[in-house]
Amino acid sequence: MAKANKHTLAVTVENKPGVLTRVTTLFRRRGYNIESLAVGATEDPNISRMTIEVDGDDKIIEQVTKQLYKLIDVIKIVDITEERSVDRELVLIKVRADTNVRAEIVQIVEIFRARIVDIGRTTLIIEATGDAGKISAIEDSLRPFGIVELVRTGKIAMVRGTTK
Amino acid sequence: MKLKGAEILLHCLQEEGVDTIFGYPGGAVLPIYDALYNSDIRHILARHEQGAGHAADGYARATGKVGVCLVTSGPGATNLVTAITTAYMDSIPIVCFTGQVGSSLIGKDAFQEADITGITLPITKHNYLVERTEDLRDIVREAFYIARTNRPGPVVVDLPKDVMDKVIDFEPNGQEEINIRGYRVMKGYNSGQIINAVELIKKATRPVLYAGGGVIASEAAEELRELAEKRQIPVTMTLMGLGAYPGNKALSLGMLGMHGTKYANYAVSECDLLIAVGARFDDRVTSKIDDFAPQAKIIHIDIDAAEIGKNVDINVPIVGQVKEVLQAINAKLGEVPEGHNKEWLETIERWKDAYPLRYPSSSDGRLMPQHIIEKVYELTNGEAIIATEVGQNQMWTAHYYKFKEPRTLLTSGGLGTMGYGFPAAIGAKVAAPDKVVIDIAGDGSIQMNIQELAVAVEQKLPVIICILNNHFLGMVRQWQGLFYEKRYSYTDMSHQPDFIKLAEAYGAIGIRVTEYDEVEAAIKKALASKDKPVVLDFWVAKEADVFPMVPSGASLMNMIGGD
Ligand SMILES: Cc1ncc(C[n+]2csc(CCOP(=O)(O)OP(=O)(O)O)c2C)c(N)n1
Repeated sequence: MAKANKHTLAVTVENKPGVLTRVTTLFRRRGYNIESLAVGATEDPNISRMTIEVDGDDKIIEQVTKQLYKLIDVIKIVDITEERSVDRELVLIKVRADTNVRAEIVQIVEIFRARIVDIGRTTLIIEATGDAGKISAIEDSLRPFGIVELVRTGKIAMVRGTTK
Repeated sequence: MKLKGAEILLHCLQEEGVDTIFGYPGGAVLPIYDALYNSDIRHILARHEQGAGHAADGYARATGKVGVCLVTSGPGATNLVTAITTAYMDSIPIVCFTGQVGSSLIGKDAFQEADITGITLPITKHNYLVERTEDLRDIVREAFYIARTNRPGPVVVDLPKDVMDKVIDFEPNGQEEINIRGYRVMKGYNSGQIINAVELIKKATRPVLYAGGGVIASEAAEELRELAEKRQIPVTMTLMGLGAYPGNKALSLGMLGMHGTKYANYAVSECDLLIAVGARFDDRVTSKIDDFAPQAKIIHIDIDAAEIGKNVDINVPIVGQVKEVLQAINAKLGEVPEGHNKEWLETIERWKDAYPLRYPSSSDGRLMPQHIIEKVYELTNGEAIIATEVGQNQMWTAHYYKFKEPRTLLTSGGLGTMGYGFPAAIGAKVAAPDKVVIDIAGDGSIQMNIQELAVAVEQKLPVIICILNNHFLGMVRQWQGLFYEKRYSYTDMSHQPDFIKLAEAYGAIGIRVTEYDEVEAAIKKALASKDKPVVLDFWVAKEADVFPMVPSGASLMNMIGGD
C-alpha cells in the first residue's frame, strides 16, 4: 500500500453560492478527510480558489481529484504537494500575558517576526504568518504562557515561478 | 416579446424537444401550471410525486431522451427524493423542476419551503436555484445538456415563484453553443490504450466481456455485438446491462454477480481477460473483491474516469464514450476464424449444460414464479418493455426473460427502489405506446406506488402488472430463511388488499391466477387489452427462493443452490 500522507490541492472553482458546500459534501459523502481548507477570491472575480489539504495515499488522492472534477463548478485541480510552492497560513493567538512575562513574549514575537495586534489587561493577541512549521513552532513557544484562544486560517499556497 | 418566467420555461422545454412532462401541482408552481393550461406540452398528472419522478425516469430509460418532471415546493420536492436518487444511482438523464417559495421568503422557513438544492446535492449530477428570470433560459439549457451528456444523471432546477411570475423581455434567439468552464463533453480517447487493449484481446485465450448500463447509455449495443461475435467472446451483463447483448444468443452468459448464473460467475472467475464495458464493479457484481476475476488482466472502458480504479486495479484503463472506444477497438481487430477460443467456449458450454438456470417444482402446490416469467417471455416474444419492482421478482425477471434489445428492461439496479417499476412502466408506455409494457411486481413493492393505477386508467394506458404474489416480502424472507434460521420477522404480507377488487376500484381490469392451466389465457387476455391497465395477480409458491446465489462476502466461485 502507498504510504498515507498529506496532499495540497489547489482547486479553482466558480465563484458561486453553494460551491463550498458542494465540495465539502463530496468529501463527507465519500469519507475523505479534509485537514484544512481555505477559500477566497482570485484575480478573476468569477473564480475562487480553494486550497485543500487532504490526508490519503496516492490512490485516495486520485479518487478525490476525479470526483472533484465531476463537480460542474470545479474548473481545475492541481496537486501542488510536489511543486515548489509558497505556503502560508495566518494564525491569531490570544495568550495569557501578565506584566512579569510580557517582555519574554515580546521577544518570542520578534524572533518569529510575528506581531502583537491587541493588548489587553492580562492578554495579548499575536498575529503570525508562515508555513505550517513556523506556525506550529510559535504555537509551541507560546503554549507555556497559556493559550486562551487560537484560530488558524488554513493554508493557502501558490506555485513559484511563472507557471499558473 | 414580453413573457412571464413560466412561459419562458415552457418555451425552453419545447426548444429542448420536450413533449411530455410528469407532474403534480401545488402553490409554488401555480404560475407554471397556469402556463401549461394552454400549452402543447402533454402533462401527465401523477398521483404521488415519487410516481412522477419514476415515470420520467422510465420514459428516459425506454427512449434515451431526457425525462422531465415538475413538482411543487416543500413536500412536493421532498417526495421526489427517492426518484432522483434512483435515477442518480443508475445514471439516468432526468430534469426535475421543483417549485420554490418566493425569493424574499427563502431562508425564512416559509410555508412549504424546503432547501431542495441542499437536500439533493449528493444525489444529483448538478442542481440549480434560479435567482433571476433572465437566467432561466441558460439554466434550462445547461440542465438538459448536463443531464444527457457524458455520464448521464438527474439535474434539479429549483424555481422560486416570483421568478416564474416576473415578466421580462424575451427574445427566442438562436441556439448559441453551451459553454460551461468546468464541464466538457468527453470526446476521443487515449489511442495508446486502444492499442494495448487490442493486444490483450488478441493474446487472450479465455476472454469475457462484462457489459453494464454504460453500453446502453452510450447506444453501443451494436458495437458490443460486433466485438463479441467477431472475436467469439462470451458476454456477461450486469442487471443494468441486460439487453446490451441479446440474452437468447449462444455467446450470452446472462447476468453475473450475487444472483448471476453459475456459468457467468465461473467464466469471470476463470477468464484470462475481462473486458469491462460501461460497468462499475459494484459489490453486487464482484462480491468478495479480492477473489474477483483473479486470473484476468482487466480492460476497463468507461466515460467516467472516477470509476476506473475505484474498486479494482485495472491493466488497461480507457476513458471515453463506450461507443467510440468500441468502434476504435473493433476497427483494429480482424475477424477470427470459426473455432477460435474453441476450448474456452467448450468449457463454457459444459458449464451451461451442467448448471442451467432451473427451479424445483412447487412445494405448496402454488404456481412457480419462474414459470410465470417464462410464459410472459414466450407470449411477448421477448419483445416487451419489462419494468420490475425490487426483490425476487426482479431477479427472476433477470433470469428468465431473455432481453434481446437495449432499453427493454427498466429496473432500479443501484438503489433497489421498491415501487419503482409501475410508475416507470407508465412512463415507458407514454413514450412507446406501440410497445407492450409490463411491470413484474411483488405483492410488497406494488403497494408502494399502487396509486398510479389512476394515472394509467385516466390516460388509457394498457400497462400490465404481473404480481408474483407470494404473500411475503419475498427477498427479505429468503435471507431470513437462509441466514436467520427461518425467523420470518415482519416479512409476512398475507394481510393484503384484494388486488382484483383494488384494480376494479381504480377502473382497471383485475385477474387472479392460481392454476397453471389459467396462466396463458390470463396473460393473453392482458395483452389484448387496448386501453385499460390490467392487474394479473399470480398466487405463487410462498417460499420459493432465487437461486443460484453468492452468499454475501463469498467469492463468485462459491455459489449456492440452483442444482
Ligand atoms: C423502498 C424499499 N424499502 C425496502 C426495501 C428492502 N427490500 C428489498 S426486497 C424487499 C422485499 C420485496 O418484496 P416484494 O415486493 O413482495 O417482492 P418479492 O421479493 O416477494 O418478489 C424489501 C423489503 C427496498 N428495496 N426498497
